[in-house]
Amino acid sequence: MNLFILNSSIGRKLVMSITGLFLVLFLTFHMCMNIVALFSAEAYNMICEFLGANWYALVGTAVLAAGFIIHIIYALVLTIQNRKARGNDRYEVTSRPKSVEWASQNMLALGVVILSFLALHLYHFWAKMQLVELQHMAGTNVDTSMVTNGAYYIQQTFSNPVNVVLYLIALCALWFHLSHGFWSALQSMGLDNKTWFNRVKNIGIVYATILVGGFAIVVIAFFIKSLCCAA
Amino acid sequence: MATENIMRVNLKVWRQAGPKEKGAFVTYENVETTPDTSFLETLDILNETLVEKGEEPIVFDHDCREGICGMCSLYINGHPHGPATGATTCQLYMRRFKNGETITVEPWRSAAFPVIKDLMVNRNAYDQIQQAGGYVSFNCGGAQDANAIPISKEIADEAMDSATCIGCGACAAACKNGSAMLFVSAKVSQLALLPQGKVEAAARAKAMVAKMDELGFGNCTNTGACAAECPKNISLSNIARLNREFLCAKFKD
Repeated sequence: MNLFILNSSIGRKLVMSITGLFLVLFLTFHMCMNIVALFSAEAYNMICEFLGANWYALVGTAVLAAGFIIHIIYALVLTIQNRKARGNDRYEVTSRPKSVEWASQNMLALGVVILSFLALHLYHFWAKMQLVELQHMAGTNVDTSMVTNGAYYIQQTFSNPVNVVLYLIALCALWFHLSHGFWSALQSMGLDNKTWFNRVKNIGIVYATILVGGFAIVVIAFFIKSLCCAA
Repeated sequence: MATENIMRVNLKVWRQAGPKEKGAFVTYENVETTPDTSFLETLDILNETLVEKGEEPIVFDHDCREGICGMCSLYINGHPHGPATGATTCQLYMRRFKNGETITVEPWRSAAFPVIKDLMVNRNAYDQIQQAGGYVSFNCGGAQDANAIPISKEIADEAMDSATCIGCGACAAACKNGSAMLFVSAKVSQLALLPQGKVEAAARAKAMVAKMDELGFGNCTNTGACAAECPKNISLSNIARLNREFLCAKFKD
């Protein structure tokens, strides 16, 4: 196969597609898990415990991080190559045809928004949960009483309106990223034709909407809950 | 020429003396034409006045002027081949523009299509990709009875639609990534869909993609700008087919 995933344009896009779809799969699990928090804090904390610092969760985290890193490195490499291919001279007048989605031309910018959000999100949850557990395992003297109390951290994070706004902005960016990313991944893998063209596009948009909607409901529900409790 | 039909436009044209020279826009004001004059003829009219004044005429590519040769180019008001869809620059008429409008005319901008002079770019890269595998290398014999090789109407139509690509370069010019995927996919598809071309389909996809990458064209991100601007309405499904052909070929290696 002589390393075509490194040195051919279509091979590099295959890597983007596979890592992208892997991240979509992760988001699906994450969203389902979050929905549990709407119904039962206890059940949600059980999931947190299950996904704590044990070997399978750590392997999962490592694979997930690798997925993110590969997706981001390839995105940067592809973008640099594409800018080079465009040449040094830019067009004086440009006009986007109606059929070209805005998201498709701004995937990197949307990705940067999502990545910045990821840093904030890891700080809000992962740094207080799995990281503390890992520190404890490494022998550091830390308080581990709260490491599996995910429900508490959800409540704490989304009672702050600034976090709510930031999370919703990030979810919008994610929706746009997925609205192009999902069908684009299938197209790059060659799983598209005339009949399935619009179907794949619509499946992608519906899927992105369900996914982002699922995340957003949890954010909004806990914000409203915090308002009611305060009042 | 009836006087009421006369229209005047300002043409803001990219002028560049040679491949290594620095170019700039020059605006030619009040160029007189009519709504029924083609865009290239309007450039001809402007060139005549430039020659009369002893100036260098604007260099631009053109040949058949009936939309089939693929020689004309031009990035007009932000669109390859101008604002009309499914048409080449030579099929573009001045009635598409308003009287008194300023029309910006630029050459294709892509690292793989360097400017030769003014609006003329070197599209030899597409020829090189074609030469890398866009053919059938064995003898298919003489013309056979039409029914000897059964091909469904849909497949024949799709192959014909792909074969209408004239290799003008509008796809790479429209693409923000400078990708030639629509061209390459059309050339691979027109052969891969038919029995004679299927025999070498895997080798062809690999050779043409390798040449495309080597010549510095960008990586496709499926924005669809190429298909939206293509004067021959080549479909994006060709790109999916090329991806499929290429990946299957590579996984078999």
